Amino acid sequence: MKFGVVRFPGSCDEVDAQLACERVGDAVLLWHADRDLQGVDGVVVPGGFSYGDYLRAGAIARFAPVMESVAEFAREGGLVLGICNGFQVLCEAGLLPGALLPNETLRFVFRQVNLQVVDSGTPFTRACAPGDTLSIPTKHASGRYFSPAPVDVVLRYAPGENPNGSQDDIAGVRNEAGNVFGLMPHPEHAVDPLTGSVDGLKIFESMRASLTSRVAA
Amino acid sequence: MRVRVLVSPKQGILDPQGQAVERALPALGFEGVANVHVGRLIELDVEDPSQVPAMCDALLTNPLVEDYEIVETAPAPHPQPAAHPQHLS
Repeated sequence: MKFGVVRFPGSCDEVDAQLACERVGDAVLLWHADRDLQGVDGVVVPGGFSYGDYLRAGAIARFAPVMESVAEFAREGGLVLGICNGFQVLCEAGLLPGALLPNETLRFVFRQVNLQVVDSGTPFTRACAPGDTLSIPTKHASGRYFSPAPVDVVLRYAPGENPNGSQDDIAGVRNEAGNVFGLMPHPEHAVDPLTGSVDGLKIFESMRASLTSRVAA
Repeated sequence: MRVRVLVSPKQGILDPQGQAVERALPALGFEGVANVHVGRLIELDVEDPSQVPAMCDALLTNPLVEDYEIVETAPAPHPQPAAHPQHLS
C-alpha cells in the first residue's frame, strides 16, 4: 500500500501527511513539477500555501504538472484526499464542487474542532460509525465553504463550532463518485496521542481499508 | 491594449471585507454609506483583448464566487528609447 503526498513550493504539512500515511502504509512525496505518480495507490494533496496562494488559495497550484496526473488518477477512480490547502486546490481544479472563501471573521483560525461524520460510507470515513465525532485541529484563513448547488457532505462542524462561516457547517465534501474527498481540518495532525487526539487516523485507516479491499476484489 | 479586470464578490455571497469597511466608515463620521463591497483590480497589457474573458474564467477569477467586468482603457504604452539621446550639459 503506497500513498503519494504532493509537495508544492509553499506546502507545509506534507511531512505530517506522509508520517500519517506511514502509520497505515508506505508513503512517498510527489514533487509538483513531476507528472509521474510513482505507481501510488492513493494521493494526498496536503495543507500549506501552495505557490504562496497568490491570487486565490489553490488557484495557481491546480496548473502544476503533478495535478494533471492527479486529475487523471481521480478520473480513473483513484482515491484522492485534499486537506486544507489541498481541499482548496481540488476545488479550484474542479475535482470537488464549491469554493473556499476567506473566513467570515477575516481572521486566521487555529483551534481543535469537533466534526460530525455525516457520511460514513465513503472510502475515507468507513472506519467511522455514522454520527461519530472526530476531534481534529483546524488552521486556516480561507475555509468558508460555499457551493451554489447541493453537495455530498461528509463532515460537518459540530453545532456551535463552525470556525469560518461555512455554509451549513460543512467541513468536508466528496465528489459524486465518492473517490475524491476534501476537508479543511487536519487529520494528519491528529494521529498521535502526544498531540491530544488520534481521531484523524480514522481517515487514513479508512483509506487503507478501502484500498486493501480494492486490491482483494 | 491596456485592460482592467474588475473582480467583485458575487451578489448574495457574504463579503466580510465589505462589511468591515461599511462598519468602519460611520465610526469615522462618514454617514449614508451602504452596500460596500471589496474586490480586486487586475491590470494587464494584452495583444489580443478577446482572450481576456477566457483568462478570467480560467485563472483570474473563480466564476463560482466572483463576478468580473472587463474595461479596455487605452493602448499599452510602449516605452520608446530616445532615437537621439540628448546629453544635456
